[in-house]
Amino acid sequence: MTIMTGGRMRGMKSAAVNTGTWLLNKLLRLLLLLAALSVITFWMMSLSPIDPVQAYIGAETMRVGPAQREAIAEYWGLYDPMHERFTRWLSAMLSGDMGTSMIYRAPVAEVIGEKVKHSLALMCVSWLITGISGFLIGVVAGMNKGRWIDRILTWYCYAIASTPAFWLGLLLLAVFAVWLGWFPVGMGVPAGVPAYEVTLADRLHHMILPALTLSLIGLAPIALHTREKLIGVLDSEYVTYARARGERGFALVRRHGLRNIALPALTLQFTSFGELFGGAVIAEQVFSYPGLGQAAVDAGLKGDIPLLMGIVLCSAVFVFVGNTVADLLYRFVDPRMRRKGGAES
Amino acid sequence: MNGLGAKGRVFLRERNMRRRSAAMIVICLMLLFAVVLCGALADDERLAARPELRNQPPSAAFWFGTDWLGRDMFVRTLKGLATSIQVGLAGAAVSSLIAAAAGLIAATGGKTADRIVSWLIDLFLSVPHLVTLILIAFVCGGGLTGIVVGIGLTHWPGLARLLRAEALQLKSAPFVQVSAKLGRSKYWIAVRHMLPHLAPQWLIGFLLMFPHAILHEASITFLGLGLSPHEPAIGIILNEAMRYLSNGMWWLAICPGAALVFIVRLFGILGERVRLLAEPKRS
Repeated sequence: MTIMTGGRMRGMKSAAVNTGTWLLNKLLRLLLLLAALSVITFWMMSLSPIDPVQAYIGAETMRVGPAQREAIAEYWGLYDPMHERFTRWLSAMLSGDMGTSMIYRAPVAEVIGEKVKHSLALMCVSWLITGISGFLIGVVAGMNKGRWIDRILTWYCYAIASTPAFWLGLLLLAVFAVWLGWFPVGMGVPAGVPAYEVTLADRLHHMILPALTLSLIGLAPIALHTREKLIGVLDSEYVTYARARGERGFALVRRHGLRNIALPALTLQFTSFGELFGGAVIAEQVFSYPGLGQAAVDAGLKGDIPLLMGIVLCSAVFVFVGNTVADLLYRFVDPRMRRKGGAES
Repeated sequence: MNGLGAKGRVFLRERNMRRRSAAMIVICLMLLFAVVLCGALADDERLAARPELRNQPPSAAFWFGTDWLGRDMFVRTLKGLATSIQVGLAGAAVSSLIAAAAGLIAATGGKTADRIVSWLIDLFLSVPHLVTLILIAFVCGGGLTGIVVGIGLTHWPGLARLLRAEALQLKSAPFVQVSAKLGRSKYWIAVRHMLPHLAPQWLIGFLLMFPHAILHEASITFLGLGLSPHEPAIGIILNEAMRYLSNGMWWLAICPGAALVFIVRLFGILGERVRLLAEPKRS
């Protein structure tokens, strides 16, 4: 059993080479994408009517005279032509300097690095909850197609798909934080406690409601998708045959259905990174959770161009990673795809 | 029982289904029109600040209660919903026009055009919708234009892909090939032969885009990047409600939000039912 035939060996080798070139191809695509995004975003930002100097000065308008404004604009090079400004930004970017955030008065890379930890924790937790519970709901609904439990679950999924994330957040806030008082009303850590005294339990306590909001919102697509797929599988001829042999209930689904529906569900979960990020932006805003999404909204409101640029590029990388993992999963988990890839060479 | 064969029964069931779909569509449309109409006709007097009536919970006189200025929340919500529906309509219209143009160009314009459109689709899908919306709102300096442009630019890729695939199928259909052999130009074929076939798909895509457009409008306004605070928009109402939540004024958040969910669901049902009617085989 351990002996491999020559043909299979060759096949695997060529598959590995294929994967290598495939990854390289993906990397090139990512670079091209980021380059295009930077050019487009940079160009768009220069069209904005919001004056960056005014945004920078903010509330201290009275104390900054026109001469000082000129000096700031001169210092930033706002009067230089756009392509010059862009090359300057790009060369700084390539050497690892993403610029300085105006609202946080700190390097963008530092701000993003600090915020991304909170956001990633939030998104990871709700991603897992969404995936597992959505899949389970889909399986239960699909197995009981047409019965009351299926109707209730499908109805719930459609209702939640028409619910704005921020309203769901407000509801949870009203019930669990204000009315019952089980959870804090917002923020990532307790107020008035020095940073070194904040425990992991505190952070988790503050994360539960935003994570719950995100999970409840993201549940619908995966559950409905899994339900459809399972119904398709259960209608197939091999399942009819299995039924004729006497298989029934969950054992039947486990043996003939789960593998077939697990991969598409997993792929869907990975390609939904964009929605997840959008949901996180809103959840963070409702719960004043100090993550990347809140920083994005602040940057948009206050005209913090370097930070907004950084976040746009970051979110693009995030979505790209999700899509690439989904593709990879198909290549590695589904043997049919691999064989097709090997046949090309 | 009634002497009909199996085929007859299926026919009857299908006809009932179609009737029910048509009825649902009419009901949805009427409700939505009613909301827009009420929002437009609503009495502005009830929006005036009346301090003696402030902070009232929902009652028979004020269905959704009143806010901290004594404004009638029900009227505010109606106005907000009407605004949301109009903005969603504009955004979805822009988006579906872009989608139709992109899909047709990709399918009929040759290889280079196809590649460019595919690349554009990938580009627009590469950044989360909400981040793009924030970016565009910033670029337009906030306000109505920002939202409509933002929704228009973010929602087209899915529909464009669908229409492109449909148009590619049509391209290999005999009547299109014959038309091309007869010397019709690409443009003529795209407009005369393909557009009429794509119209139902396009309409369904447009209707199904609607709920998303409204939800995104509300979200971006809620974040403070959309409509200005003077305008009665659902996003604004809920943003204000957030600040009064800890004072125990739950009705400010719950009633307008529930109304929004109801409207969005109505649009969802409308789209699904129209699809059932237009493409009974596929859905």
